[in-house]
Amino acid sequence: MFSNILIYFVVIPLLMLAGFAICKNEKQVRTVAVTGSILLLALSAKLLCDYIGWRNDGHMEEMYLVDHWSWFAPLHINLAVGVDGISIAMLILSSIIVFAGSFASWKIDDARHFFMWLILLSTGVFGFFISIDLFTMFMFYEVALIPMYLLIGVWGTGRKEYSAMKLTLMLMGGSAFIMLSLIGIYFHSAPEGSELTWNILEISKNASISTGWQYFLFPMCFVGFGVLGAMFPFHTWSPDGHACAPTAVSMLHAGVLMKLGGYGCFRVAMYLMPEAAQDLAWIFLILTGISVVYGAFSACVQTDLKYINAYSSVSHCGMVLFAILMINTTALTGAIMQMLSHGLMTALFFALIGMIYGRTHTRDIRLMGGLMKIMPFLGVSYVIAGMASLGLPGLSGFVAEMTIFVGSFEHPDMFHRVFTIVACCSIVITAVYILRVVGKLLFGPVQDPHHSELTDATWWERLSAITLIVSVAAIGCFPNFFESLIRFTFSPEIFRAIGLN
Amino acid sequence: MDYSQFLVMKQEIALLVVFLLVFLYDTFMPRKALGAISGFATVLFALFTAGCFIWGEPASVDAFAGMYVTSPISAMIKNILNIGVLIVLVQSCKWVNSDNQLVRRGEFYELLLVTLFGMYLMISARHFLLFLIGLESASLPLAAMVAFDKHRYESHEAAVKYMLTAVFSSAIFMMGLSFVYGLSGSLYFEDIANQLGSQSNAMLVVALAFVISGIGFKLSLVPFHLWTADVYQGAPTPVTSYLSVISKGAAAFAFLVIMVQAFGQFYSGVWEWMLYALIIATITVGNLFAIRQKNLKRFLAFSSISQAGYIMLGIVGCNEMGLGAMMYYILVYIFSNLAAFGVIGAVENNTGKVEMTDYNGLSKTNPWLAFSMTLAMFSLAGIPPFAGFFSKFFIFTSAINQGSVAIYILVLIALINTIVSLYYYLLVVKAMYISPEEPVIARFRSACTERVGLWVTVLGIMLIGIASCIYNDILTTASLSDLFAFVK
Repeated sequence: MFSNILIYFVVIPLLMLAGFAICKNEKQVRTVAVTGSILLLALSAKLLCDYIGWRNDGHMEEMYLVDHWSWFAPLHINLAVGVDGISIAMLILSSIIVFAGSFASWKIDDARHFFMWLILLSTGVFGFFISIDLFTMFMFYEVALIPMYLLIGVWGTGRKEYSAMKLTLMLMGGSAFIMLSLIGIYFHSAPEGSELTWNILEISKNASISTGWQYFLFPMCFVGFGVLGAMFPFHTWSPDGHACAPTAVSMLHAGVLMKLGGYGCFRVAMYLMPEAAQDLAWIFLILTGISVVYGAFSACVQTDLKYINAYSSVSHCGMVLFAILMINTTALTGAIMQMLSHGLMTALFFALIGMIYGRTHTRDIRLMGGLMKIMPFLGVSYVIAGMASLGLPGLSGFVAEMTIFVGSFEHPDMFHRVFTIVACCSIVITAVYILRVVGKLLFGPVQDPHHSELTDATWWERLSAITLIVSVAAIGCFPNFFESLIRFTFSPEIFRAIGLN
Repeated sequence: MDYSQFLVMKQEIALLVVFLLVFLYDTFMPRKALGAISGFATVLFALFTAGCFIWGEPASVDAFAGMYVTSPISAMIKNILNIGVLIVLVQSCKWVNSDNQLVRRGEFYELLLVTLFGMYLMISARHFLLFLIGLESASLPLAAMVAFDKHRYESHEAAVKYMLTAVFSSAIFMMGLSFVYGLSGSLYFEDIANQLGSQSNAMLVVALAFVISGIGFKLSLVPFHLWTADVYQGAPTPVTSYLSVISKGAAAFAFLVIMVQAFGQFYSGVWEWMLYALIIATITVGNLFAIRQKNLKRFLAFSSISQAGYIMLGIVGCNEMGLGAMMYYILVYIFSNLAAFGVIGAVENNTGKVEMTDYNGLSKTNPWLAFSMTLAMFSLAGIPPFAGFFSKFFIFTSAINQGSVAIYILVLIALINTIVSLYYYLLVVKAMYISPEEPVIARFRSACTERVGLWVTVLGIMLIGIASCIYNDILTTASLSDLFAFVK
């Protein structure tokens, strides 16, 4: 029906929404959710194959399947789509997590409304990654944010009202800054006299934003997206939000939504305003350096499983922004790898935590112990996730962090070296908090006699976890494949900021 | 005098015909047939609205030596207001037919149509006397409408407050006019612009301040907003919704016309800064006070104060894009606010409850009402994909089009305020969906007309943004207008 298959990334979720509206019972809801997420997975797989074939045919265009349809013509707003290797990687990540998330929330209350909001959220996510028009990008970005309020508020646990409000207001506050900077970019998107545009490819080609305006717009844009990327000191929504959210929402939020921040930082802020990115990177490097270390240290002292993982996300997502700000090919490649790796790994973590919590009804590690014997599948999966997080070779974390640190060490000056070393230390701290949790939670004596009667994972939980474990291992075992997917975008001709270095 | 000039005022005359028909029906029909008056008036008004759409205004025409001008853009804003009035009429059917209003059903429609006629004159006037006639006939009958619930003490109090402020603001406005007349020797907008030259002086600044504050009362800009909350709370809900969208929309458009047509050359440096201050104060104060409100009608009163600030951002741009964005904003605001008032009215008619805490758990007992309210709140807060997002985005874009750094700061303040407003809009959603308390309002079935009114507004909220043709059409019409010829 649509010649451009990218449109289906928005059409399928919308059809799913319509499907939920007419569903009669929970079984039908689950059927629609699973069918839809399988279709999305298949679609992204097909897109990946097509893209590789297209590149192998020697195409040197920047983006694949570029197309646009006029929307608000007087303001030059189009529905413009296009993907490169990075957006394809993000689309695959999102569809895997939506798939795993549907299985992880198999037995949720009021499944129909839950899935409606969840799929509305993923519509926003998919729409964001396929858009190359600033307006539609921003619209989808906000579509992805607001369902969180109800998802956490209604289906969450703990101090959910407070956390939901805090998360929504902070993220929307970030998007206020983004909106202003996007409008600013629009009015400087073309040289005097020619037609303005919202299309990022054209804006980058025109390169007409003066350095002065870049100094004004870049920080706003970077901070705005940085809020979602959990950049210090705007990360405080993340631990509370993740801790109170239901399982699938934590998965999608930490796994995909936080990547929207990193992706926006590099696709909009750095890509369109390279000069300012060069000159101002150091400010944000300090902030992200802090979030890497601070997040890791905070994770060490938490006792709630979700808080531990949320702070670990702050640390790992900080690493993404940290690597982006290094502005060289290796570090940027590492940043994208880290986005993939962290997305899958943290989704796995949250899925497992949700499954454990569903059985023990507590997330406090002091009240649990010896779970390895009681639920071996969940235990082993948790160890795998932990190993991926602390960077065991063969799993995704190692590849990503290695690439990032090699890349950032390429900078010969003192400032970058010091920060690289500081950030490297976070690996050690990560090992501390991961091993501490694994030791307390999975080994040792059983703390609560009731726990020994608990059962291991059900089939849908196993499916969800195995999907994620396989993906984590795939990145760890075939890093070259993913690197080749990403590499093209980071040539100096396309990503001008690298060329300036 | 050439009486054919009256034919230029097609829309006004058609509206008068509607008014007369309703009046005659009310006066001469037997008592038994009066029960159908709400249906009669609503259908008649619907036909009138459709007629205005079909026989649009192809070109700009003036009458009475330029006192009155009708153009595609003024016809368009009148059409937008007509849609809003139609929705208000549909939503108010149940209230009008309730026992309390039994004797005075017809009067509600008659008063309402007269005020609408006044707003038409405000929109089309290019002479201050005609404008004043419009302003007065839009204000005074409204006071009678506010006092319509004669069994409620608050309604009377609200009417008196409204009346006093309306008269007071008119006096201030006329004071300003007398200064302007003294400076320019004319009350025609065009002559004023020509006579005043481009040199500003202290007298003119004072005159402008008076004129702006006079209309500021009507728009409930801060610091002229003090009547708003009490009047909105005291007035019957259909009147409140009429006040908050239609009256405000007409005044905003008329404000823009006066500022750019009569005082356009003093834009930069003189009233630009007055407007900045007003906008910042209006948005911020409206938002901060809305946070503390417990009564939903008061809550929406403060929300509508801050929305008026956003509407003013369309004037700040002082160009065709701003005009288009402002009209689009008014259209979207009509639908969003009427959706909210539709829910409040339905709940009030059926249960008599208007407090925020009464809405706890509404989603469990009346999911559709809760859903409509949520959409209305999201749209007012500017969340995509609902219409409010588009209108906010476009009005910010049009303001920034002006280009100075000051305007970026102004827009940034407005944007930060949207976050504050998001907070209190979410409080309503929280009460309905998240609050753990037992539902206060039992399940009820709202009247057919209430449901139709809600459906129309909900569909509008969902589609007006995405269907880009509406905005494109408005902007194309706006860009053809010659309103901004004098702006410097």
